[in-house]
Amino acid sequence: MGWFSKFLTSSLGQKVVMSLTGLFLIVFLVVHLAGNLQLLADDGGRSFNEYAHFMTHSPLIKTISYLLYAFILLHAFQGWALWRKNRLARGAQPYAVHRLRAVNTNPRIASRMGWIGTVIFVFILVHMYQFWFKMKIGDIGVVRYDGQEVKDLYTLVATTYQNLGFVLFYVVSMVVIGAHLWHGFQSSFQTLGINHSKYSPLIHFLGKLYAIVIPLGFALIPIVFFVKHA
Amino acid sequence: MKLTLKVWRQQGPNDKGGFATYQVEANEHMSFLEMLDVLNQQLIEKKEEPVAFDHDCREGICGACSMVINGQPHGPMQKTTTCQLHMRHFKDGDTIYIEPFRAQAFPVVKDLVVDRSAFDRIIQAGGYISVDTGQAQDGNAILIPKETASEAFDAATCIGCGACVAACPNASAMLFVSAKISHLALLPQGKIEASRRVQRMVKQMDEEGFGRCSNVTACEAECPKGISVSHIARMNREFLKSVFGAPEAV
Repeated sequence: MGWFSKFLTSSLGQKVVMSLTGLFLIVFLVVHLAGNLQLLADDGGRSFNEYAHFMTHSPLIKTISYLLYAFILLHAFQGWALWRKNRLARGAQPYAVHRLRAVNTNPRIASRMGWIGTVIFVFILVHMYQFWFKMKIGDIGVVRYDGQEVKDLYTLVATTYQNLGFVLFYVVSMVVIGAHLWHGFQSSFQTLGINHSKYSPLIHFLGKLYAIVIPLGFALIPIVFFVKHA
Repeated sequence: MKLTLKVWRQQGPNDKGGFATYQVEANEHMSFLEMLDVLNQQLIEKKEEPVAFDHDCREGICGACSMVINGQPHGPMQKTTTCQLHMRHFKDGDTIYIEPFRAQAFPVVKDLVVDRSAFDRIIQAGGYISVDTGQAQDGNAILIPKETASEAFDAATCIGCGACVAACPNASAMLFVSAKISHLALLPQGKIEASRRVQRMVKQMDEEGFGRCSNVTACEAECPKGISVSHIARMNREFLKSVFGAPEAV
């Protein structure tokens, strides 16, 4: 396995780790959004609560979610290690004047992925505490559907989103995640060596579309709850 | 035209260095280097130390000239080396900041001269093909599609100046290394050593202390030869192919 660890610690290997974990998280966001949009269903939260119950009890989903936590941490730590390495490589003396031009990317986002990622990491911590931790450990209320007792995550979400501060926090976080995806989506393909005159324009387009639509979908949920209960 | 120059002066690798301000009278037909020649003539006449800068062919093909002009390697014109940059692109009364290419792997030797021998060592690690001596090949013995030859030629136009490193927020050398790998990997003569080449050159690049590419593409924007980041993608493919495809570790 010497060749494999050598690969993982090489500059290109480290980037492949970023790319693959990033792509996994991109797929996760689609599933996460699809599930969460059930919050907007007009059934008093039943479909969402049943979905949350299923997600926390299926062994398959549980395995995938542990993989997800591991990949988030790997993506964050690897990103941090790369950021540190790159700062060292840049040298101690900064340019007095520096103009950043780029081709087909937004250089202001692309050169700040580490900082943007840090904000997202903090967001994930707050987000996990607010919902995941409270559901797992905290005592939230229960509801009964057809005789089965299910934790009432819907009410927790609904009360959280009546707080304007939290709504703003979520909406701003989604803008930040959108910026991260704006660069990250197409960048992950380039890192894997997928750059082709026929397909790259499509990848770039899909990346931008994804970076707008998915965060917008997520941001819609707190806004709808706030407006509905205000 | 009257110009104010803020030039980075540094006695040697261990000197702290700083900006010095000079006034220079240039005309718009001069190249940027000729304008610096005028400045140096003034300094010599005043018995001051002239500004050290790298230059050689002054035709835009050798890759010797460097320097960051107003925050951009090789100055504001795209696909232009410093020696081919003309003063008509500046205005009378302009203040111009002139700094060396900055990167940990490119230590300053003096003033605007940096040590780019890291690139030489990367080439020595694998940027070549091994050819037996003997009769020269017949011109058309090996057929290569025109598109492939053009793509390889585009990569081969890299003059190894290091502007990619200077422009990259991460001081990554991946555009340079990928141009060299791509150029040889595309052609049949380069295929034989392709696997070994990519592994050794990437290893050397890492050891020289260059940063890691985060696909900002500032390198392509500043490259005086307009080398495309698609070559970086090809290097990534070549690397993955060699790591996972080659029967043994290189």
